[in-house]
Amino acid sequence: MDLLPLWFRRFADTYLMWDRGPLIWMSDVAILLTTIGIVAALTYFRRWKWLWREWITTVDHKKIGIMYLICALLMLFRGGVDALLMRTQLAFPGNTFLDPQHYDEIFTTHGTIMILFMAMPFIFALFNMVVPLQIGARDVAFPVLNAVSFWLFFFGALLFNLAFVFGGSPDAGWTSYPPLSELGFDPGPGENYYLLAIQISGIGSIATGINFLATIFKMRAPGMTWMRLPLFTWSVLASCLVIVFSFPALTAALALLMLDRLAGTHFFTMLHGGNPMMYVNLFWIWGHPEVYIVILPAFGVYSEVVATFARKRLFGYTSMVASLLVISVISYFVWAHHFFTMGAGADVNAFFAVASMAVGIPTGVKVFNWLFTMYRGRIRLSLPMLWTLAFIPTFALGGATGVMLAAAPADYQYHNSYFLIAHFHQTLIGGTVFGLIAGMYYWWPKIFGFRLDERLGRIAFWLFVIGFYVTFMPQYALGLMGMQRRMYTYPAELGWGDLNLVSTIGAYMMGLGFVVMVAQILYSIRHGERDLTGDPWDARTLEWSLPSPVPHYNFAVIPRVTDRDMWWELKQQGRTEELRPTADDIEPILMPKNTARPFFLGLSFFVAGFGAVFEWWPVAAVGAAGVLACFVAWESGEEEEELLPADEIRKTEAALGRV
Amino acid sequence: MSLLRTRTVLAFVSLTALLLTGCSSRYLVLSPAGPVGRQELDLIVLSVELLAVIVIPTLALLFYIVWRYRDRPGNTAPYEPTWADSRTLEAVWWAIPIIIVAVLGFYTAKTTFALVEPPQKDVKPITIQVISLNWKWLFQYPEQGIATVNYVKIPVGVPVDFELTADAPMNSFWVPQLGGQVYTMPGMAMRLWLQADRPGTYYGHAANFTGEGFAHMSFDVVATPQSDFDKWVASVKASSPPLTTAGYEQLKKPGVTSTAEFSSFPPDLFDRVVWTNGGRYMQGMTGHGMTDHDMTSHGMDGHDMTDHGTAVGQTSR
Ligand code: HEM
Ligand SMILES: [Cu+2]
Ligand SMILES: [Cu+2]
Repeated sequence: MDLLPLWFRRFADTYLMWDRGPLIWMSDVAILLTTIGIVAALTYFRRWKWLWREWITTVDHKKIGIMYLICALLMLFRGGVDALLMRTQLAFPGNTFLDPQHYDEIFTTHGTIMILFMAMPFIFALFNMVVPLQIGARDVAFPVLNAVSFWLFFFGALLFNLAFVFGGSPDAGWTSYPPLSELGFDPGPGENYYLLAIQISGIGSIATGINFLATIFKMRAPGMTWMRLPLFTWSVLASCLVIVFSFPALTAALALLMLDRLAGTHFFTMLHGGNPMMYVNLFWIWGHPEVYIVILPAFGVYSEVVATFARKRLFGYTSMVASLLVISVISYFVWAHHFFTMGAGADVNAFFAVASMAVGIPTGVKVFNWLFTMYRGRIRLSLPMLWTLAFIPTFALGGATGVMLAAAPADYQYHNSYFLIAHFHQTLIGGTVFGLIAGMYYWWPKIFGFRLDERLGRIAFWLFVIGFYVTFMPQYALGLMGMQRRMYTYPAELGWGDLNLVSTIGAYMMGLGFVVMVAQILYSIRHGERDLTGDPWDARTLEWSLPSPVPHYNFAVIPRVTDRDMWWELKQQGRTEELRPTADDIEPILMPKNTARPFFLGLSFFVAGFGAVFEWWPVAAVGAAGVLACFVAWESGEEEEELLPADEIRKTEAALGRV
Repeated sequence: MSLLRTRTVLAFVSLTALLLTGCSSRYLVLSPAGPVGRQELDLIVLSVELLAVIVIPTLALLFYIVWRYRDRPGNTAPYEPTWADSRTLEAVWWAIPIIIVAVLGFYTAKTTFALVEPPQKDVKPITIQVISLNWKWLFQYPEQGIATVNYVKIPVGVPVDFELTADAPMNSFWVPQLGGQVYTMPGMAMRLWLQADRPGTYYGHAANFTGEGFAHMSFDVVATPQSDFDKWVASVKASSPPLTTAGYEQLKKPGVTSTAEFSSFPPDLFDRVVWTNGGRYMQGMTGHGMTDHDMTSHGMDGHDMTDHGTAVGQTSR
């Protein structure tokens, strides 16, 4: 050790956390090797230019969707590893695999990553991959802003993940309640990482919300009336409404807490008249709607999948739309159920209890409508449908335990216990994650042009779903036994050991399921069946009328919509030719041009955020200058669109055998 | 109803017990030892019953439909690809959850209001002040003049009026067998009524994460008959050291400790802790001891959280 100069040792201990043990060393090495590997591969295969041209500067919504998807899967892996580390620690009473500090950091990053850096980009992946195609548009309303959103998310996620190996992770929970998250109790950069990384990606999320609202309002093909809009698009609309109204609350909460930490204000400390309760309110005014932001699109996926695989019109379309909108509105009136035990009066608690239960009404209606879509249908059990079928009972139970939690006096007993943990995993995994996976399987052939292997997919499915029940059912019981959440260890006498062990075994099964799913994807890239029809599932909506993968400009000729299940109707009546372009109809198309500015804007935010995390103000200033420069450059006005000549489109369509 | 109810309790308990070897008394929430915990359990059971009414048929329907309408050769079940609307059916399934929510909502509200009252009106309650520290619990008996750390003795059959605050990040005070938890918050005094109906030692624990020592922040609630309780108070008074202000400062330092008792404590300690943690910025807290917690500024502007002051904790005076 004496070989190293003193300054380096100090640097390594403070920032690289070399004194924290083998987990960190292993991660450092792994990260280093992966980086070297990626750089080497890109160089060897001469892919740098390709990476820059095709991906980093792209504004094509489909490619942005793919990048979101890749990031989401990577983050699912990181969050999953965190989960397994926690479950390993909790497998036995009095275990010493992790120390308390390490455990605290891991559950904080696990929760934050899963919600903000896994579920959010995953829904955005589907928004991008599907919405313009479903509504007959060539792009989103603001393609460059869309790229900005992605790069803000990307660099936010990068900043957050950096915390693990550079300077220290946040450790105050994904809710980060003050005063625990204030300087007095939590010095060091971890909490700053949390605040700045979420802030940066959050700006991107608001922009995405606005972008897709504008897209759905303005870019629908002629004839695509509100009552002909596919349900997935409706669900995106509902989700974006919630984003636009709730994310600003998070922005405010994070900004104020950051001021408390970096500028010495006292918004959330009781000293000088601040109040932590204000944070708790702001956080959940965002936090509760957030769970609907991520589940509504999943509801949309289920609606598409059920209709397609039962070969039937969706039952009760109007009710389905109404319930989506009702849910998105009610979700604003229930946030206080997250702190029934913070001493609000009986009247307040009663109000929020009943409002929370009321969310169960439209949700229940949706379940019945899905059931009756299958009733008198012909159900094919392909992968997207399997996940949808697994969702229904899982979510019925998760919804039921949600209503149980909403009964305020009962919640005095469940709050902060494992019962709560079981509930939100049941809804987040059984509702959101199952839905996202179903959506991924469903639209995969459309985006990538090949199908994912069914056999491996089924193995992954059973491992994951059974593992899920084995993991989380015991946690309900543990909650009723009085086990608190966020305990890094527990004594043997209370008899919590057996159930915790079972839960850990289940978690490993889910982990295995995920590994098989990754294997499925890798295997299918090579051996997956190519989709030549563009419509492998015999589906119903407009996107399936296009070839797979979809050409850059989506629709050679914008379709005229005449029915809710447009594509299905045309197939029934043998009129599919109507959606094929004829050579004469094809006209030149104005398409957005690639640009590097979104990437540089994200990068500048990253530098600024990184500087602020460590209060290295010169670095932060460089980043801020970069942000400013990007805006100035924008003002100077570069050509943002270019004309795609008709001939080129004709050639592409001819190659696809469509004209 | 009561027959149905006992049956459901049995089903509920045996179901969870199935998941585990061993006795169901490990299920602390399901084996209450006092009126508060019992009312909460009643509501839990009611909610399970009501939800079972809707969830079980739904699941049965799901399995039936998937089984009957699978796409397999020779399936003769009717296939009606365009049948997608039925006013009557939809009316039914909008109505069912509405009714269930109405019933459950009614009983929820009723219990919520019931729990802000002392569990038993004809017995004089005892007050115990609780301060959560990093990472230990300090209990003070203002009427008896004694204090304990990490365990608390209470007389059986007497409603206990817990007044709670924190001299550290906010925590939550939870004794599952006696009843639900309530947060301890710096600068505020919260309230929680609990009562034990039979002697015993009940597991209590910090429920809101406060950092490193949090997992070890448990305490016992020991319920004894009044006479034993009085004897214990007398012996603590006689044989334990006093808690001085300096001693409190020492105790307050972050760390995990075992149990302790004190024959006295600085008389205004609880109020001072509330005050110095920010209670002084709360309106209306000056008159009658800060524990009245009449803090109109507590919640968010305008909305209902402003009621916080008049009904502190789950109770009102
Ligand atoms: C692979 C399966 C998973 C397992 C085994 C797992 C396990 C856990 C565990 C052990 C905790 C910490 C409990 C404690 O407080 O001590 C936790 C917390 C949490 N998990 Fe998961 N998890 C999984 C997947 C997910 C997913 C997919 C999501 C979100 C979509 C998620 C969201 C959360 C959240 C929000 C928390 C709360 C974090 C906090 O308390 O600060 N988890 N999980
Ligand atoms: Cu909520
Ligand atoms: Cu309060």
